[in-house]
Amino acid sequence: MLHIYILLPFLAALLIGLVAKKVYRIHTGWFVLPVPVVLFILFISKLPTLAEGKIVQSIANWIPSLDIQLSFYLDGLSMLFSLLITGIGSLVVLYSIYYLSKKEQLVHFYVYLLLFMGSMLGVVLSDNVFVLYTFWEFTSISSFLLIGFWFYRERSTYGAQKSMLVTVFGGLSMLGALILLSIAAETNSIREMIANRSEIIESDLFIPILLLLLIGAFTKSAQFPFHSWLPDAMEAPTPVSAYLHSATMVKAGIYLVARFSLIFSGTDVFFIIVSGVGLITLCLGSILASRQTDLKGILAYSTISQLGMIMTMLGFGNGIATLAAIFHIFNHATFKGSLFMIAGIVDHETGTRDIRRLGGLYTYMPISATLAFFGAFSMAGVPLPIFNGFLSKEMFFDSSLKLEQTIGFAGAFAEWIPLLAVIGSIFTFVYSMYLVFGTFTGKAKLDQLEKKPHEAPIGMLISPLILIGFVVLIGLLPNLINESILAPAVASVTGDLAFTHLAFWHGFDNTPLHMSLVVVAVGTILALTLKRWQPIYNRVPGKFSTDRIYQSIVNGLLHFSSKLTKFYMTGSLRLYTSIILIFLVVSTSIFIYVTDGFKISFDDLAPVTWPEVLVGLVMAVAAIATIWMTQRIAAIIVIGVVGYGLSLLFVFFRAPDLALTQLIVETITVALFLLCFAHLPKLQKSDKKPSEKLVDFVIAVSTGALLTIVAISAHSSKYFESISKYFVDNSYKLGGGDNIVNVILVDFRGLDTLFEIAVLGLAALGIIAMIKYRDKGDMNQ
Amino acid sequence: MTDWFSMVVYICLFVITISILLLLYRAVVGPSNPDRVVALDTIGINLIAITGLMAILLDTVQLNDIILLIGILTFIATVAVAKFLEKGVVIDQDRD
Repeated sequence: MLHIYILLPFLAALLIGLVAKKVYRIHTGWFVLPVPVVLFILFISKLPTLAEGKIVQSIANWIPSLDIQLSFYLDGLSMLFSLLITGIGSLVVLYSIYYLSKKEQLVHFYVYLLLFMGSMLGVVLSDNVFVLYTFWEFTSISSFLLIGFWFYRERSTYGAQKSMLVTVFGGLSMLGALILLSIAAETNSIREMIANRSEIIESDLFIPILLLLLIGAFTKSAQFPFHSWLPDAMEAPTPVSAYLHSATMVKAGIYLVARFSLIFSGTDVFFIIVSGVGLITLCLGSILASRQTDLKGILAYSTISQLGMIMTMLGFGNGIATLAAIFHIFNHATFKGSLFMIAGIVDHETGTRDIRRLGGLYTYMPISATLAFFGAFSMAGVPLPIFNGFLSKEMFFDSSLKLEQTIGFAGAFAEWIPLLAVIGSIFTFVYSMYLVFGTFTGKAKLDQLEKKPHEAPIGMLISPLILIGFVVLIGLLPNLINESILAPAVASVTGDLAFTHLAFWHGFDNTPLHMSLVVVAVGTILALTLKRWQPIYNRVPGKFSTDRIYQSIVNGLLHFSSKLTKFYMTGSLRLYTSIILIFLVVSTSIFIYVTDGFKISFDDLAPVTWPEVLVGLVMAVAAIATIWMTQRIAAIIVIGVVGYGLSLLFVFFRAPDLALTQLIVETITVALFLLCFAHLPKLQKSDKKPSEKLVDFVIAVSTGALLTIVAISAHSSKYFESISKYFVDNSYKLGGGDNIVNVILVDFRGLDTLFEIAVLGLAALGIIAMIKYRDKGDMNQ
Repeated sequence: MTDWFSMVVYICLFVITISILLLLYRAVVGPSNPDRVVALDTIGINLIAITGLMAILLDTVQLNDIILLIGILTFIATVAVAKFLEKGVVIDQDRD
């Protein structure tokens, strides 16, 4: 069953191109819309099954030999995410129909979007960690494609590349964690890993697993210090920002932490890292959001901050915090999705997203403005029971206060959490107010806008309207989704099905409410005086921004690698030869030293005669003398002496065939050299420095010495008889020839000869080609 | 083969290799390239002698081919180098 659910978007992505080619009149989005809607209904229909405490699952074989199965299962957590993906997916597709004109490359857009939808469903439904990873990378790739949708804009490609680098870095680190995890738990299934929890915690790999997994989760969910890709991803079309970068993909990391928290939660490391990073992200995101001037920039940092808050609560790991986290995942998806869509509407209807040029739009776009007010107030957590954001925020405060009692060891850290939470929330309040009041109230600056603003078409407003409807509905009746959706999700994160009643009123006498009131009071003051203290941001330049770190890492890597490459890729053959020879000498001599490979034995030596010694001496003198020759012709004559001496040695060692061949080759080589010399300039006197000459000398001598040593060792360590006796005995009997060398060449080992003939043929053809086509080529050198 | 006979062959071998060494001096030192070419040519002739002596010493006829070959090849090599020194090229360009 679940396989078909996941396959459906991929199939639709395949078919959409065909449909769009046939039907020009209708916006392609209408053909895409049924896919998420149908999926949403299908997932809703599974709700009763889950409420009974059962799970839906299906398994198919993929790579059985590696224990990798396409096993999917649907529990409370997966259900929550699936509903978000398909539900918001439907709304986003509907919105995009009105947002994107038919002139855009719609097929590309919807193919990428459907790919993303399918892979995101795959991420949240997978039980096998490697299948999870596969879909995880699919989401990275489809997100990359969507961010770079307007690929002709420089900012888009930059943002796409950045998000790709960061999320794939995290994805690879997660793959490492998953591999270690499957080693430690001896299974690839997440549920079996949870069952083997103690084995994992006690294993030596626990800390590496935890860290690598969290890096994966933090990069995907834009947590500190990996958050800087998200603001740059705002170059994507607004439906994409609303869908991927607020509601779904950035929550994949949250999902990962929630999914594995049954394994890790309760350990101090997990608590400190996840909550700590979450809190830093919460505060940093909300503080940085207030300095943005772009609507989507504010929303991007706001997303970062809210994700930090969810991450913090997941780090707490107790029942109430998990419920708050799950609740806030849902709430954030509703209000942030709608806010993005409204930002898109503003952009669409006025032509700008710069908040400094906007203002007073309330009279022109009353519906959008109302929706924005609801969304932003919910985001700020204004203590009114019609905003769902308030409920989850208060639960956040509540859980941060209860922490001290529950955890002893990390208590010192825990004491500061409520304070940080309040600071983060104050700034959240500030930027939320800044966002709506800056855009919709005040004086309209019509002269600065590209078009005269007017209300968006109704089709564009449907999606944010529905989302804001949820904001209010859940705000008023939080228990509507509590039992059916939230409770099973909490159960699959914490492990026990404890149903907590959600209430928005706990009486005056409770601390979370006081904290909320403090947030509103201080936040209001700060928001009213925003213009006065905003210049502080200019005083604190982005020196500590992770964006700069990212830049310097990317540039540094490029710089470093080009420097490294230029260090040895100089184009100088002398250097390449030196490197090859030095490597040969060093590696071989180390090997000889380590294995104690040098042996010398005088057992099997042939007698040396005077003529041989003298011929050897002649060759040595001639070889050395060649180096000092100042003319090419002289050098070739002197090296000819070496060749003749070699053929003489062949005579001495009773190898007439070799001597014959050697003589002919020697003569032809001399003739060839002479042919070339007509075209070459006179031999130049070497202008090398003495130090370079010394290096060359050392390399040459050491190479020669090494080869001598190897030859001596090879001669001194013969482990078995040679097979030449067979050839001597059988050359006439089997080959029908007296000349053993020739019988070997054409009979016993004829294949070698064949290919050496081929080599000669190829060389001849190569020479013909080089001479004949030398003027026609494009090569300049 | 008697001891005396092989002794004579050895002495001949020794003498000829000494002569090759002396020729090597001419080949290396020069001073002009024609000197070197003549030295190389003479080394080739000495090779013929040594090969012949080796054939006697080893009591074989297998080396006779080599003797003929060295004769041809030293001739060719010498002509090639001489032509190069004379004209600057070994093979003339076609004149069409």
